[in-house]
Amino acid sequence: MTQRKLTMAQAIAEAIGQEMERDPRVFAMGEDIGIYGGIFSATSGLLERFGPERIRDTPISETAFIGAATGAAAAGMRPIAELMFVDFFGVCMDQIYNHLAKNTYMSGGALKLPVVLTTAIGGGYGDAAQHSQCLYSTFAHMPGLKVVVPSNAYDAKGLMIQAIRDDNPVLYMFHKGIMGLPWMQYHEGATTEVPTDAYTLPFGQAAVVREGRHVTIVTLSQMVHKAMLAARTLAAEGIEVEIIDLRTLVPLDTATVLRSVAKTGRLLVVDEDYLNFGLSGEIAAVVAEHLDDIELKAPVRRLGVPAVPIPYSPALEPQVIPSINRIAEVCRALVDAKLKAAA
Amino acid sequence: MTQPDPDKMLWMYETMLVIRHYEETLAQVYLEGKLPPNIQKGLAFDIASGPVPGEMHLSAGQEPVAVGVCAHLTDADTVVGTHRPHHFAIAKGVPLPQMTAEIFGKVTGLGRGKGGHMHLFDLPHRFSCSGIVGASMPPACGAALAAKMTGSGAVAVAFFGEGAANQGAFHESLNLAALWMLPVVFVCEDNRWAISVAKEKATSVASNARRAVAYGIEGVEVDHNDALAVFQAAGPAIRKAREGGGPTLIEVKTDRYMGHFQGDAEVYRSKAEVPSLRQHDPIRVLEASMRRQGDLDDVAVERLRTRAQAQVTTAFEFARASAYPAAEEALQHVFA
Ligand SMILES: Cc1ncc(C[n+]2csc(CCOP(=O)(O)OP(=O)(O)O)c2C)c(N)n1
Repeated sequence: MTQRKLTMAQAIAEAIGQEMERDPRVFAMGEDIGIYGGIFSATSGLLERFGPERIRDTPISETAFIGAATGAAAAGMRPIAELMFVDFFGVCMDQIYNHLAKNTYMSGGALKLPVVLTTAIGGGYGDAAQHSQCLYSTFAHMPGLKVVVPSNAYDAKGLMIQAIRDDNPVLYMFHKGIMGLPWMQYHEGATTEVPTDAYTLPFGQAAVVREGRHVTIVTLSQMVHKAMLAARTLAAEGIEVEIIDLRTLVPLDTATVLRSVAKTGRLLVVDEDYLNFGLSGEIAAVVAEHLDDIELKAPVRRLGVPAVPIPYSPALEPQVIPSINRIAEVCRALVDAKLKAAA
Repeated sequence: MTQPDPDKMLWMYETMLVIRHYEETLAQVYLEGKLPPNIQKGLAFDIASGPVPGEMHLSAGQEPVAVGVCAHLTDADTVVGTHRPHHFAIAKGVPLPQMTAEIFGKVTGLGRGKGGHMHLFDLPHRFSCSGIVGASMPPACGAALAAKMTGSGAVAVAFFGEGAANQGAFHESLNLAALWMLPVVFVCEDNRWAISVAKEKATSVASNARRAVAYGIEGVEVDHNDALAVFQAAGPAIRKAREGGGPTLIEVKTDRYMGHFQGDAEVYRSKAEVPSLRQHDPIRVLEASMRRQGDLDDVAVERLRTRAQAQVTTAFEFARASAYPAAEEALQHVFA
C-alpha cells in the first residue's frame, strides 16, 4: 500500500470519498460542505466528484437535516451529517439524543441507524465561549452514541471508514487545531503518513503513543500532541511519561488504561473538555474501581477546563485550556509526591 | 412616506460613516500579526495571533439596515444583533471605546474581554448579540414581553440574516410574537449569502415577508439597500409596535462587501460581485441625495468624515492602551 503525508482534514475527506465510491447509500449533508468544502475542510473536493445530490449543502436548519439523517438511515441510507461546530448542538439536540441515540433501543434493536455525525471541537484560537468547546463527554454521557475523537490523520481515516461502516450512530469529533488548516497553527504530529487504500481501525482500542514508566497520561485529540511535547521536556529531566490516546470514548478501552496505570502507578488525565462530571472523572473512577489490582504511588490528578465557559481574551483563554507547561508541572508534582512519601 | 428630518438624516449619514470607518480600521488591525511571518510556518493566515484573535465578521455594505431601524429607537428599546454585530451596536449607541476594548480582549471592554466580537453586551443601551445563528429572535420576544407586561412603551428589534430564517427559532418566535401581540420588530438582512450558500439554495420562499404573513404578521419588503427606504419601512412598524399593534417583519435586500469572515477566500461568488455591489454604496447614495436637497455640502462632509475618523481613532487607542484582565478573572463571573 502506498502512503503519503496527509493532514487530518485531507484524510477525513479521502475516507468519505472512498466510502461514497464503494457504497451508493453513503451521502453527506451539512452547512457549507459543498463548494466551500466544509469550514474545516472535511469535505474538500467531494462536491466536484459526487455532485450536489450526494454532497448536499443544507439550509441553517440543523434540527431538520440532522433529524433527516436519522430518518434516511432508518430507510436504508448511510448519511454523514456535519454539524459545523459542536457548540451548535443546542439547536438540534432533541433530534440527536432523543431520536438518533434512542430509537435503536426503543425499537427493541429492530432499527439500525448508521449515521455519522461529524463536528468540529476545541478552542485555543480566540473564538470564545460559543465556538470553542469540546463537549465530547456530553455525548459520551448519552447511551446510544458511539463517540470518536481522533488525534492524527492515520487514525482519522481508519476511524472514519469504520464509522461509516458501523450500523450505529457515531459522533465523529475533530479538533480544529489538528486538522492542518492553512489558517490555524497546528501540531505537526497530526499530519501523518496515510495509506492510499481504504482501511479501518476498530473502535474501543486506545493507542499507547509513547511508552514510559513513571507517569501515565490518558488523553485524546489535540491534547495528545501537547502531552507529547511535555513528555519530551520531562524526558530530559529523567521522567518517562507513558501516553495513551483514547481515540474513542464510546466504546472506552479501559484495559489499556488499567494496564498502563498498573505499570506506572501514577495517572494524569489531560482533557480539553470541562473538568466537572466529564471524561477525567470517568477515567479516575475506572482506576478507582480497580485499586484492588493497582497500586498507586500518588493520587490521581486531572487537568481540564475548570467549570467556566471558554473566555475570549488572549490573556484569559490560556488560563483555562491545559498547556504543555501545566501538563509537565503536574507530572513533576506526581513524581515528586512519591519521593516525598518515600522520604 | 415620512422622510427623516434633517437632523435624523445627518445622524444616519454620520453613523454610516463611523460604521464604515470603524470596520475598515478593524479589518486592518485584524491582520496585524496574522500574515507574512506565518507563511514560513506553512500557514497562510493565523487566526489566533495578533491583537484581535478568532473569527471576524464585518458588516460593511449593510449599514442601511442598522441606521434605518435604529434611527427610530431610544435607549429604552432593545436591540438583539447577530454574529455580525458592529453596525447594529454602533447605531444603537454602544460606546465605541468599550466595544473596541472588548474586541481586543481588554478588561475595559463591555464584557471585561470575556465575550469578544460576537458576544457584545451593553446593558445601558440594551444591546446584545450572539454567535449562534437564529438566536436573536427569542430574546427579543422576551424583551418585548417585558415591555408589554410593565407597560413601558418600549419595543424590541431582532436583527437576523436570511440564512437564520431557516432556523426553528425564527418560526417559533414569529408564532409567539403574533400570538401574544408583542411589541417586537423582526428585521431580516438579506445579503443573499449564508457563508457560501445562496438564499435560493436554502429556501424555496423568495421573501421572508411572505413567511411572516403565514404567521399572521405583516411582512414588509425593502428591495434596495438604501438607508432612507429602511427608515421609511421601519418607522411605521416601530410605531405600530409601540402602540400595541403587534409585530412586523421587515426584510431588507442588502449587500455584504466582505467575506463571510476575514480570510474567507470567497470561492462561492464571482470576483465581480463585490465591485458591482459597491457601485451603489449606500453611504454615497445617501450623501448624494442630501447634497441634492442642500442638507450637505463639501465642508460638512469633510467635517463629518474627520469627526468619524477621530472617534474611531480614539476608540482604537483606548483599546490598545487598556490592560488585559488579570489571570484570575478567567474563573470569575460564571455566576452573578
Ligand atoms: C446554529 C448555528 N448554525 C450554524 C452556525 C454557523 N454560521 C455562522 S454565520 C452563518 C451564516 C449566517 O447567514 P445569515 O443568517 O444569512 O447571516 P450573514 O452571515 O449573511 O450576516 C453560519 C452558517 C452558527 N453560528 N450557528
